[in-house]
Amino acid sequence: MSSTEPRRTALDALHRSLGATMTDFAGWDMPLRYGSERDEHNAVRTKAGLFDLSHMGEITVTGPGAAAFLNHALVGNIASVGVGRARYTMICQADGGILDDLIVYRLADTEAGSSHYMVVANASNAQVVLDALTERVTGFDAEVRDDRDAYALLAVQGPESPGILKSLTDADLDGLKYYAGLPGTVAGVPALIARTGYTGEDGFELFVKPEHAVELWQALTKAGEGVGLVPCGLSCRDTLRLEAGMPLYGNELSTSLTPFDAGLGRVVKFEKEGDFVGREALAAAASRASENPPRVLVGLIAEGRRVPRAGYPVVAGGEVIGEVTSGAPSPTLGKPIAMAYVDAAHSAPGTAGVGVDIRGSHEPYEVVALPFYKRQK
Amino acid sequence: MSNPQQLRYSKEHEWLSTAEDGVSTVGITEFAANALGDVVYAQLPEVGSTVTAGDTCGELESTKSVSDLYSPVTGEVTEINEDVVNDPALVNSAPFEGGWLFKVRVTEEPADLLSADEYVAHTAG
Repeated sequence: MSSTEPRRTALDALHRSLGATMTDFAGWDMPLRYGSERDEHNAVRTKAGLFDLSHMGEITVTGPGAAAFLNHALVGNIASVGVGRARYTMICQADGGILDDLIVYRLADTEAGSSHYMVVANASNAQVVLDALTERVTGFDAEVRDDRDAYALLAVQGPESPGILKSLTDADLDGLKYYAGLPGTVAGVPALIARTGYTGEDGFELFVKPEHAVELWQALTKAGEGVGLVPCGLSCRDTLRLEAGMPLYGNELSTSLTPFDAGLGRVVKFEKEGDFVGREALAAAASRASENPPRVLVGLIAEGRRVPRAGYPVVAGGEVIGEVTSGAPSPTLGKPIAMAYVDAAHSAPGTAGVGVDIRGSHEPYEVVALPFYKRQK
Repeated sequence: MSNPQQLRYSKEHEWLSTAEDGVSTVGITEFAANALGDVVYAQLPEVGSTVTAGDTCGELESTKSVSDLYSPVTGEVTEINEDVVNDPALVNSAPFEGGWLFKVRVTEEPADLLSADEYVAHTAG
């Protein structure tokens, strides 16, 4: 990160007027919380929450060779994504290390045979992803465009979110499945409406021009007034995704891990056409992970009340057997939870004698399968 | 937010009440509680233990972090707030009242405790 002033989103003044506690996140000044982060978390689980996610990095990929290019640059089969659908995927180094996890939306195909994709990267990795795509596009009939400043991103998440959005749009939300996206109009504002999120709840992400962000935020706030919609910051976003067992780049994912090491080998599609960056190393990683996994990503639930944090050692029998990657008090479970990489021998749910070294004292933890929370559909 | 005038404050954001029969009450300020976010776990010093001014004597865990609790004075702990142990959110909802942390029989008080006005100036910086 550069040492320059943090960037501010189009909603910055609004956050401040709402009394948000702001935090520096990946070079952006973002709302951490508006009031109690636990209340915000519970609102998303039971009613609805409104997020400003404008720090996320949008990259547009267009051209007749866009599908073939993305199949080469990313590990997933992006050519097979239908128009109006989205895919969770990753971009890896040649050695298989994860550069970032991404959502790719196929927005449109033209009659002339050109495709229009939007790649959404984590804020902390947007430049890295842009650089890698720009380098990898050589030789393909496709164009990579930095659209980070072209969009503000608002998310409405939670069981009340379909009702809130329906009151503001004519778009066919019932026909919009999870991991689908369509262009439409919300509260009079042109928007890409996507049924995606990072909370484990039903919800929508709305990509709009920055100059429309305030108007849309206010319309959503008003539409959600009667059903308990509250503004939500990044603090509860983190506990929501942790309960849902979703990885966070920098915590569960890094360049020193392959998707197979992270238990996400399913995103790598060896059967797709053509070569892709990392194929050889990932094939080796796949067999290593199935035959002799070094460490496995598991869930941990505290028996006590002390909270594990990223970097704390996981212990068994006095030996260090792993490391916590994310930890927090879980509002839904009412107990501290963590994700951790642990030696395979201790990774089975119910393994006895596992603990976390919390500042010198070994606190007992239960090993569980992820996720901690799954919504009832 | 307003910091009660009758209390004194440490630079580590603890408050101390005026002693009654030699015993003072200790808590953290509203400023500190807001900075922590929702407190989910409070580890308080044991009753009968000795705390030393400026030294850690417990910890407060919030969603995002864990913070050391410092004693503003030296003395013997006479009581801890079991309500806070059972419901740590009291530290957020009533930091100067129901969210107090422990009581201490003061043997020594540092000279550099702040008045309410001085504490406001300290947190403004």
